[in-house]
Amino acid sequence: MTNARRPRSFYYLATFFTLFLLFLYGPMVAIVVLSFQGPEGGLVFPMNGVSLHWFARLWEDSGAVDISSAFWRSLRLALTTMVLTVVISVMAGLAFRQRFAGATLLLYVAIASLIVPSIVVSLGIALEFRLIDGTIKSLGNAWGVEAIQRGYVTALDPFTSGLGAHLSWTLPFGLLIMFAVFNRFDPSYEEAARDLGASRWQSFRYVTLPMIAPFLIGVAVFGFTLSWDELARSSQIMGSENTLPMQLAALTTTVTTPEIYALGTLTSAASLMMVAVLLTVAALLRRRRACRSVR
Amino acid sequence: MSKALHTHEMRRPARRILSLSRRAARPRTGHAPASALWQAVPMALVFLTFFVVPLAVTVMVSFWEFTQYSIEPAFTFRNYMDVFDGCLSALPDLCTTLATYLSTLKFAFLVWLCTLLVGFTVAYFLAFHVRTLPVQVAFFLLCTIPFWTSVVIRMIAWIPLLGRNGLVNGALIEMGAIDEPLEWLLYSDFTVVLALTHLYVLFMVVPIFNSMMRIDRALVEAAVDSGARGWQVLTNVVVPLSRPGILIGSIFVITIVMGDFLTVGIMGGQQIASIGKSIQTQIQYLQFPIAAANAVVLLLGVLLAISLLLRLVDIRREL
Repeated sequence: MTNARRPRSFYYLATFFTLFLLFLYGPMVAIVVLSFQGPEGGLVFPMNGVSLHWFARLWEDSGAVDISSAFWRSLRLALTTMVLTVVISVMAGLAFRQRFAGATLLLYVAIASLIVPSIVVSLGIALEFRLIDGTIKSLGNAWGVEAIQRGYVTALDPFTSGLGAHLSWTLPFGLLIMFAVFNRFDPSYEEAARDLGASRWQSFRYVTLPMIAPFLIGVAVFGFTLSWDELARSSQIMGSENTLPMQLAALTTTVTTPEIYALGTLTSAASLMMVAVLLTVAALLRRRRACRSVR
Repeated sequence: MSKALHTHEMRRPARRILSLSRRAARPRTGHAPASALWQAVPMALVFLTFFVVPLAVTVMVSFWEFTQYSIEPAFTFRNYMDVFDGCLSALPDLCTTLATYLSTLKFAFLVWLCTLLVGFTVAYFLAFHVRTLPVQVAFFLLCTIPFWTSVVIRMIAWIPLLGRNGLVNGALIEMGAIDEPLEWLLYSDFTVVLALTHLYVLFMVVPIFNSMMRIDRALVEAAVDSGARGWQVLTNVVVPLSRPGILIGSIFVITIVMGDFLTVGIMGGQQIASIGKSIQTQIQYLQFPIAAANAVVLLLGVLLAISLLLRLVDIRREL
């Protein structure tokens, strides 16, 4: 079939695919271009000059938004989520190679966590933390703990409820990737390591881990970007703080300048850069491994 | 692939995944089961604290009473009655809640249809018409890159195109097709469907592409050799064998759209109703028990949709 002449349907489908790519990328390209709008420019074409004016306004925080704190908070949160997603997914992935009590249940819960609407999860976590807050406050009153009576507001925080909500979203992806990885994994390497006297930890550290490392980058990419862009689950549970996507969503109703496009360009660039960095690391790992095996 | 195995795969996907990973990967000189349990504990704890307990709390609070100041433990169906307040007496007219559900279902159906048609076509092109693996991978990656950027940005990206003074209206006026800018291009049902399709079509492309790549190419050649035309190969070989992917993609898209509040909010100009959006509004007004009751009803709706979908596919296979 390989050398057969292309059927007519190929050209229709190729046209469709081209239009599809245009559909996917066209709008993005439009806002990236418009974020370089001149100082007098508006939300739509035509371009009124070209400048970095709107980026500068973002940077100065003099514009409609204070984004730098949200930016760094989102970055810290996404990096924390990324590391925890990788570690917890690998541990669970190893566990699922064995039989253990509740394995099927845990898998069903993980899949359910993907499917249950995020607004429901967000509401649930908010309610859970409300109950926790109520308990802490009444305990504080009962025992007369002054710090609680005076200063305690809520346990909701990007790094408590927020982190948990993000993990409930990233871990199912991490787990499914680990399944895919270990399905293709040849256990005889580990057996060889054991036969040569490696401890369980050594066989993991020096045999299993290097072999699965490139795929862990994939888990890391998911962990970072899903958290960095997460909005629906975060919406009710960040307490008094905001993440970057929340700021951005709030801006859609208030801001009428290209500043919002500049912010959009900036966050997209940040997440794509992170993906590029992680994929480069993966490529380097693979190359190093290839070099070693040649030696 | 035998029919029996196929049905089995559909019915018990979780068990199948488990048995696969065990069969393929268990080191024979394995760990003690205790260590496996220990390794699963962190994940189990996260899901327990941030998924299972929150859902349980939601169900619990949906039976609580609330006053203007606080929510109080109780066991009352008042919140559920409030959700469907006046729905019976208003019939045959639809009350607000039922109208909201209907509109949400309408979006779910339309977006499902759009993503399925577009997603299937794209996956089919990638899997069967792109001939070399590197090109396939490159095109596939090209499709996934937008997935790594924020949904909000991909929504607002439509504004310069579809607005009153946007590119599309400008081009149409230029061409003389219309005199006045089209108002319904932005902040309308159309925009919501367009944006949701744009955001989530990838959830269809990936699983369908995955299913298609597993189709034995010899089956296609056999069909062609037996005299099937291109169209017949598609409907008799490719579509049936892509069914697991179609099913997974459909579950993803339908559940996402049913719970959506962001896209309907932003792309509908905050004027269009959806269940997720009414839950969000109720939370903002601190009406937690009603929001919880609404969330429970939504959850049941999603579960019903999934079970219907699974049944639909199974029934068709039986015919």
